[in-house]
Amino acid sequence: MVVRKSTGFLILLFVGSLVMAGLFFIHPRLHRDDCERGLAKRRHLVRELQLTDLCLFTEARYTRHLSQADLHSPFQDYPMAFEHFPSGSLVLPPGHLAR
Amino acid sequence: MKWIERQRAFIDFTLSSLWRRKAKNLSLLMVYALVIFLLSSVIFFTQALRKEAEAVLDGSPQMIVQRTVGGRHSLIPTDYAEKIVQIRGTSSVKPRLWGYYYHPATRSNYTIMVPENYPRPDDTVEIGAGVLRTWGPLRDGSFYFNAHDGETVFLKAINTMTNETDLVSADLILMSETTFRKIAGVPEGYATDLTVRIRNERESQTIARKIIHVLPDTRPILKEEIIRTYSSIFDWRGGYVIVLLGGGVLAFFIFAWDKATGLSAEEKTEIGILKGIGWDTSDILTMKFWEGAVISLTAFLLGVISAYVHVYFASATLFEHALKGWAILYPEFTLRPSVNAFQLAILFFLTVVPYTLITIVPTWKVAATDPDVVMRH
Repeated sequence: MVVRKSTGFLILLFVGSLVMAGLFFIHPRLHRDDCERGLAKRRHLVRELQLTDLCLFTEARYTRHLSQADLHSPFQDYPMAFEHFPSGSLVLPPGHLAR
Repeated sequence: MKWIERQRAFIDFTLSSLWRRKAKNLSLLMVYALVIFLLSSVIFFTQALRKEAEAVLDGSPQMIVQRTVGGRHSLIPTDYAEKIVQIRGTSSVKPRLWGYYYHPATRSNYTIMVPENYPRPDDTVEIGAGVLRTWGPLRDGSFYFNAHDGETVFLKAINTMTNETDLVSADLILMSETTFRKIAGVPEGYATDLTVRIRNERESQTIARKIIHVLPDTRPILKEEIIRTYSSIFDWRGGYVIVLLGGGVLAFFIFAWDKATGLSAEEKTEIGILKGIGWDTSDILTMKFWEGAVISLTAFLLGVISAYVHVYFASATLFEHALKGWAILYPEFTLRPSVNAFQLAILFFLTVVPYTLITIVPTWKVAATDPDVVMRH
C-alpha cells in the first residue's frame, strides 16, 4: 500500500509536535528535583560565603564581579581607554548614562 | 470532510512540487531552521541565565559597602563597621576579605576568599571545581602561591566544591584569614568591603543614604542592584544579546525578502500551466500557502527542538566561546529549563507567520495575470 505524501507529512508534524511538547513541558518536570537540589546548593553557598556574582566571565576583575565593579571600570586604565575584554561588550552602560 | 480531503490533495501536490526542486528546497529548509535555531537558542539561553541569576543571587548580602579612593574601589578600614552599625535599621556589619590571584603558569585569574568561619588549618584551601581543572600540575599535591612579598606559599587542597555549584564557585579558592592576608597583602585592620544586614529590606535605600552621609568616601551596593545588573545583561533587548539576535533577525529578513521579491521562471511557468488547465487564483494561493506552511512548520520544529537540546542538554556549547572571551576558566553548568508557552508563541509568530504570508504575495501577483502572458514571459 502506498502512503499518501500528505499522510507522511502530517505524521511527521504530529511526531515533531509531540517531541517538542515532551521537551518543553515534560522534561522540566522530570528534572525538577535534580534542578531544585542543585539550585538549593548554589543558594546555600551564596548565602554562606556572601557571594555577589555569577562566575561566568573570569577574564577581568570587573567582568568577574560585575555588580562590584567601579562605575566606570572598563575605562579606568586611563582616560579614553578602549574596552579590550570581549565580555566587556556584554555589559550595558550604567543606568544613569543610558537614560 | 470534503474540505479536509481538498486540503490534503493540495498538500500532496505541494509536496510533490517541492520534491521536484529538492536541492533548492532542502537547502532553504536548512538555512531557515538554522536561523530559527539561533534565535531560539539566544532567547532560551538568556532567559535561563537570567532566571538562574535571580534565584541564586537572592541569597547575596542585603548591602555591600565599598570604599572608593580616586574613583576606584579601595580597601576599607574595619572600624567603618562600628559607624555603620550605629545607624538605625542595621542589625550587623561584617568585613569581607576577598581578592584576585593571577596564576602565571596557566594565565588564569582566580578569586581568593575568606569564609566567615574557616574551620581548617592555615596551610589548607578549599577550591572550586574549575580551579582543579585549570591550575595545572600540583607540587607534592599542594598548590603554590606567590605571596605579595614574593614568598612562595604551599597550600594543600582538602576539599573541592561540587560541579553543581560551578556557576558561582568555579574559580573560588577559600582560605584562612591569616593565609589570605599573607598572599594578598591586605594589612590587619582593613577588609575588601563590608556586608550589612538590614532588619527591614524596604529601608535599604534610606540606610544607604545615611551611610554615604556618615562615610562620604563609601559606595553602598544594594542586593536589588546586584540582581538588576544580571537581569539587564541577560535582557534580550540589550548588550551582546541584541547583537546576536540582530544578526539572526537580519538573516531572516534577507531570506524572507528574497522570497517576497519574486518567483523563479520555473515557478512562474508552473503557475501559468496550472491556470491554463483550469486552476483558480484561489487554488494557486492555497497551494502556495501550503508550500510556505510545510517549509516554515518543518523549519520551526527542527530549529526549536535543536535549540532546546543545545541549551538544556549541551549547556549552550556554541555560546561558550563568546562568553569565555579570553578567559581560561569557564564553569560547567546545566541550566534549569524555563521555557514557557508565551516564548514559544512569540517565536512562532516571529518566524512561521511572516514567512508563510510573504510567500503568498508574489504568487498572487503572478496568479492574477493572464496565464498566456505568464507562460510566454
